[in-house]
Formats: sequence, structure tokens, C-alpha cells
Amino acid sequence: MQLSELHARSQHADRAFRVLAVVAATTVLVVLALITVTMSKRAWPVLEHMGLDFFTSSRWSAPEGIYGALPFIFGTLFTATIALALAVPVSLGVALFITQVAPPWLKKPMVYLLDLLAVVPSVVFGLWGVLVLSQHFGLGRSFLTAGIILAVMITPIITSLSREVIETTPQTDKEAALALGATRWEMIGASVLPHSKGGLVGAVMLGLGRALGETIAAALVIGSALGQITLDPYASGNSMPAVIANEFGESDGMHKSALIALAVTLFVITIIVNLVATAIVQRSMRRSRGT
Amino acid sequence: MTTVASDLHAKPSWRSARSAIMTGLMVAAVGAVALPLVAVLWAVIERGASVAFASFPDFFTSEIPVISRRAGPGMGPAIVGTFLVTGGATLLSVPLGILGAIYLNEYGGTRKLARAVRFMATVMTGVPSIVMGLFIYIMWTMRFGYSAFGGALALAALMLPVVIGSTEQMLRLVPSHLREASYALGATKSRTIIAIVLPAAAPGIVSGCLLAVARAAGETAPLLFAVGAATAYNPSLFDEANTSLSLQIFGNATSSFAAAQDRAWGAAFTLVLLTFLVTFIARVVTARFSRMR
Amino acid sequence: MTADDSHDDIPVQRAAPRIGHRGSGDPQVAIDTPVVFDLEDVAVYYGAFRAVRGVAMKVLKNQITALIGPSGCGKTTLLRAFNRMHDVIPGARVTGKLQYHGIDLYGPQVSATEVRRRIGMVFQKPNPFPKSIYDNVAFGPRVNGTKNKIELDAIVEKSLRAAALWDEVKDRLGSSALGMSGGQQQRLCIARTIAVEPEVVLMDEPCSALDPIATARIEELMRELKSRFTIVIVTHNMQQAARVSDRTAFFTAELDSANDRRTGILVEYDVTQKIFSNPSDERTENYITGRFG
Repeated sequence: MQLSELHARSQHADRAFRVLAVVAATTVLVVLALITVTMSKRAWPVLEHMGLDFFTSSRWSAPEGIYGALPFIFGTLFTATIALALAVPVSLGVALFITQVAPPWLKKPMVYLLDLLAVVPSVVFGLWGVLVLSQHFGLGRSFLTAGIILAVMITPIITSLSREVIETTPQTDKEAALALGATRWEMIGASVLPHSKGGLVGAVMLGLGRALGETIAAALVIGSALGQITLDPYASGNSMPAVIANEFGESDGMHKSALIALAVTLFVITIIVNLVATAIVQRSMRRSRGT
Repeated sequence: MTTVASDLHAKPSWRSARSAIMTGLMVAAVGAVALPLVAVLWAVIERGASVAFASFPDFFTSEIPVISRRAGPGMGPAIVGTFLVTGGATLLSVPLGILGAIYLNEYGGTRKLARAVRFMATVMTGVPSIVMGLFIYIMWTMRFGYSAFGGALALAALMLPVVIGSTEQMLRLVPSHLREASYALGATKSRTIIAIVLPAAAPGIVSGCLLAVARAAGETAPLLFAVGAATAYNPSLFDEANTSLSLQIFGNATSSFAAAQDRAWGAAFTLVLLTFLVTFIARVVTARFSRMR
Repeated sequence: MTADDSHDDIPVQRAAPRIGHRGSGDPQVAIDTPVVFDLEDVAVYYGAFRAVRGVAMKVLKNQITALIGPSGCGKTTLLRAFNRMHDVIPGARVTGKLQYHGIDLYGPQVSATEVRRRIGMVFQKPNPFPKSIYDNVAFGPRVNGTKNKIELDAIVEKSLRAAALWDEVKDRLGSSALGMSGGQQQRLCIARTIAVEPEVVLMDEPCSALDPIATARIEELMRELKSRFTIVIVTHNMQQAARVSDRTAFFTAELDSANDRRTGILVEYDVTQKIFSNPSDERTENYITGRFG
């Protein structure tokens, strides 16, 4: 046996493949860095021009060069709140139904149904919202209509995440409650919900993240009224993504900068919400696996 | 004995009633989810199918009327545009995403870079699509003008973290003893990944990518400022403005002309059909995958 | 180079090696049987944890060497050090002298893939690739550069015959290996390993997942393969070690003063017959007679 026989014949291909994989993975970092840098650079002029008023002023008038984004920030949060108020009880109910009540043969079709709901394009929901829901149900284009459409869109996400979280409840925990004579609901209250609490909060927050960033459906049904800050759900309003979608095409100069600043604001809010949500979900999943 | 037996009979009580009520509410929640799905699908089929199949196949092949109040077909250029934009995005994001996932699962593990990429991929999944649209506008459209490729870039950026995430999950399911068997035969790491790990995870990866494609095909916001608004066929990926089904739905939805609304419904029908088809294929692939295991 | 001349090139060690941990006589082995592995003070670490330490032994050519001992005694860990399988586990490392035909296996220029080409491994659980029977056996030759179909066919048939599997599978070489029984799968894994013509075959409890009949067939196979290969086998089953092996190494786990955890140590290494009839060490005797482990 010669030592040279145990030398590597060619490691070039092996090394090249590894480099390729590293480069591909790094793309994610590069794209995110580019987003952050380019967007903040373009948003800077309006922030310099308006100062903190950009976030606190409720007047937005491109011809006058005044850009106060408060109504849109409000509109985004208000519609998202309506959406959550509608979607959370429904999603939880469905998740509990699938995991605790439904007979096995029904589970698959139910999950399939939710998957279908999740792939219906948002613009199709928007179309239905603007031509059917707002016209035939007397809701008009309003915060409420936008909230309902958003609720429909985020329900599949919250449901499927909740389902995953709930399914990690150990069978022994549930049996412990049932063995004490608990009814199904008492069992859910005593073992399932306490066990999945953290994960459920995370699931709801991920739904919130989606609702905040959803553009097209909101742009179609929210009414695109300027400057409305009202808690009347039947009022027309506007949200950050909707304003961008509707105005960016005809904007220039400072107006463009203002819309990009709006996008940056939206970006920051959704990322914070998403990160907190992901952290909560991951922590609760880890805890339930016992590692 | 009889008293004991009757003790075991169910007794009407507040506790059991409450449980029954809550179960009833769960069923109602299922109804509340099914209702909008059925309503939307019904509207799309009822209003869209009649438009799409009137004098078949004109709707799918004719160009889009330049004057939107004019009645009649079609959506041909939008269908081609959707395929161009989504196809381009798939070609960009899927190889990159799979390679990235290979890095994360096969090389990176818990290294700093891998953890950073994983974290940032999560962040990227949460980027609102309209933000991605503006980003691509700044990076691409401002320099090179409207094209299907700009839209493909925006969709690819949205798909990339999704592909990475689902692929990494599938790679993690490949049992390590298969890798060891391959190493023990003198195979290099790259050879092992390409010849053993990827084929073993292929059905799951394909199905995850298809779901990402289905979602991307319906996206509108990222395309708004990248693709433009063509009404004629444009088979080029890189040159001149294009259009897509989603953009056509968005544009025509708020139109006050019945003809334009009709076209929006027809386009919605076509788009839903396409996304469901892709989802269905993904389901079939997944089913075959689970049977193989 | 082909596998055959690798065997011819081996310089025969003329100096009589001192065999046996405690210097026992060895009537069964010719004095100039070449030493394949020469270990001195070998230890394997997983991170800071020393799993096995202070191993000194010589593995002889064309013999079956059995590693036995209770769970956690480091026998599998040591086995994996023989073909550098620890390289794929982050944090695992091997220290001490581990020579293969006089060459340091962990030397700076030695390639793990080349090592594993010559030192194959059969795993505890049958782990065929999710490919056809043919592709399983042909995988090793292919990654080592054999592309010619006729050559591959010949190798596949030869290997399957050697693994006593040919008659059972010759009509369904194209069907999935996952459809075979556990015993067949393990024999396929052996065929897959010997298809690359290694010099050494390492076996990690190859029968632990098999029923007694399948076990008997594998044991018979090992005795046949002995003339062509050097075999090192880890087994939980003392009777198996007694039945098939020429030499037996007994390991146990003892408290390691370095880190207050139990680590594996080699207690006694000798001719199998001696280990099972007249062991020199009391711990071996206790284990053999069932008083421990």
C-alpha cells in the first residue's frame, strides 16, 4: 500500500459544489441587505422633509407636498384588528374541530379545503369583495369590507399553524383530564389550550403579519379615502399598502419618496410582528418537544 | 346493581351542555370558513366560466381590447404573461432555493452563517409583497423599464425563502443512514447529495416548490410596478411591457364598465383554475411520496 | 488502479507482530499474517466527551475480528474510526495512532473518500438506497468511475452472487430495493459494499435487525467472504462472535477520571477460542459468563 493511493483524487468538484451552495444561501442575506439599503436611501428625503410629522400628521396632500402617514398607519392597524377579531375565533374553532372533534375520515378533506382557501389569489378575493360583498351586502367599500376579506385570507394560515401547535399536546395530558371525568370541552380547557397557549399566540401574530402586508385585496375594497381616522367600521379609509398600490404609478419626486417611506414603515412593522411570532411559535414547539 | 347501572347513564348537566355548545360552535366555525370559500368559488365559476367559455377558445387566445368598455374577449396575452413571469420566477428561485437549502441542511448545520441565513429567510418570508414590488422597481424597472423579467425578479425574491424553508424541511427528513451508506462506498459529499439525498427528498421538494409556484402565480402587488400594462401578446421575457392575469383582474375590477368586469371574472376563473391545477399536482406528488415511505 | 492490484501491492509484514493484548500464544495464525490495522492508544471524542480511549490492537488480514461488550462501551464508535465515518459528525475526532498498512489513516494527505473506498461498511439497520436493486449495487462502482454498462452488469452479478442473493433477485434487478425483506436488504447492503472491491468490510451489528434464519445466512456469508476480505464486526451477540470470529476484542465502559463519565476501554483482545474458554481478565470472564452486562 502506497500513501499516495489514499490521496484525494479530485476534490475540485466537491469544493465547487459547496461554494455554489454557500453562494446560493448567501443570496438571502444580499437581497435583504439591498432592500434595507436602497429603500431607506429612497425614503430618506421625505423623512428629512417632514421629520416625525410623517408618522404623526394626518394630512397627506401630494400637490402641497405634505405627507402625513398617520391615517394610513391607522387604517392598516384598524383593518388588521377587524380581520383578527373575525379570524381568530373561527380559526381556533376550526383547528379544535379538526384536531379534537372530527372523525379521522373528515380530517383530510378539511385540511385540503383550507389549503385551497390558502391558494386562492388575493386579487380574486379582492374582486369578489369589490363586486359582490361591497355591492350586494350593503357594506360598501369600507374598513369592515377590507377587514372581512383580510379575515378570510388569514384564516387558513392561523388555522393550519394552530392545528400543528395543538397536535403537539401529548395524548397522556388529554387522557389525564378525561380520566378525571372531564367533558371534551373541559379537557380542551384543562390540557389542550394551556399546553398550546404560546404557539397559538404566535400563530395569531403570524396571521397579523400577513394581514398588515396584504395589499391588493385591501386596495380594492377599502375605499381609498384620504385622511379618515375613525372607528366607524362602515367608513371608507385607506391603508399603507393600498395607498402605495394606488398612488405609486403616478407619483414622482417627493411623493415617490413618501410612498417608499410608507413601504419602509410597513416593512419594519411586519418584520417585528413576524419575528416575535416566529420566536413564540418556535419556543412553544421546542418546549412541547421537551428539548 | 340497577342503581349502579343507572348512575352510569348520561345525565343532563350544565357541564355536558356546555361541552355540546362549544362543539356546536366549532362546527359553526367550520361553516364560517367554508362559506366564503364556496361563495368566492361560486362567483368565480358562475360569472367567470360563462365569460371564459363563450365562443371557446377566443377568451384564452384573443388579445385584450385596448378600449376597456368594449365587450368581448380575451385574455391571451395575460395568460402568456402569467406563464412568463411565473416561469421566470421559478427558474430563478427554485435552483437557488434548493442549493441554499442544501447549504443549510448538509453543510451549514448550526454554523453562524447558516443560522444567519435561516433567520434572514424567516425575515424575508414576512416582507410584504408590495414592498418587494417597490424594491424591484428601484433595482430593475427604473433602469431597464417594464418587462416580464422585472415581475419574475420580484416573484423570485418572494419565492426564494419559501423554497429554502420547504426544501430544508424535506432534506432533514432524509435519514442520515442513507448518507452514511453512500460515504461508506467512497462517495464524496457532493456526489452523495446529488445522487442520494436529493432523489430521496425529490417528491417533497417538488411538491413544496409547486405550492410556492401556485402562490406566486396569483400575486399582483409585486408586479404592479414591474410588468407594465400591455394589451397585445409579448412573448419576450426581457423586452417591453407585459401583463398578467392578476394585473388584469386588478385593473378591471374597479372599472365601471360591465365588459371590463366580465373580463376580470373570466381572468379570475382562469387564474383560479391554474393555481388549483398546480396545487392539485403538488398534492398528487405528496401522496405518491408518502406511499413510497 | 483496480482493486486487485491494491491487494498485491501490500508489503507483507515480515516481522512477527506481537498479537494479543496480553501476549498469548496464537496457534491458529501463521506468523507472517499481514497486519491490516495497527492501533496504539486510540481515543475517539465527541466534542469534549471521550467515548473510547486507550485502544491498542492489531487487526489481521483475512480474519474476522469481533468487537464485543456491553452497550456504551465504544465498540461501534471505534469501528467507525476505522473508515473515518466520524468525519461526517461535527465535533467528532480521533486521536492516537491508527495505521492502515503502516499509513496513518488520519494523516494530513489522506482522503476520507479514498479510505472508505478500501474500507467498506455494513450498517446496523439495512439501509438500501431508495433505488432499484441494480442501482444500489452499481452505485459504488459508478462513483468510483466505472461507467461501462457491460462492466457494471458483471460487477452487479458478481457481487450479488457473492452475497448469496443473485438467485433470489436476478429476475427483478430493476425493482425497488425497499420491497425486499430485511434479511435480503442486509445482504444487498453487503453486495453493495463488496461491489467496490474493498479490502476490509466493517460490519456494525449487521444482524441485530434480523430474524434468526436471516442471521444464520449472513453469518454463513461472512465465513465465505473471509477468504477475500478482512472483516471487523461489532456484535451484541456473544454467541455470534464465538461462531464466526477468529479474534475477539472485549470492551467495557469504565469511569473516566478525566471527565467523570463512563468511557469505553479495551479489556482483552485475543483468539476467540481463548476469550470464550479461558479469558485472562476477570471482567471478560464475568461478561462471558453472564455475570455482567
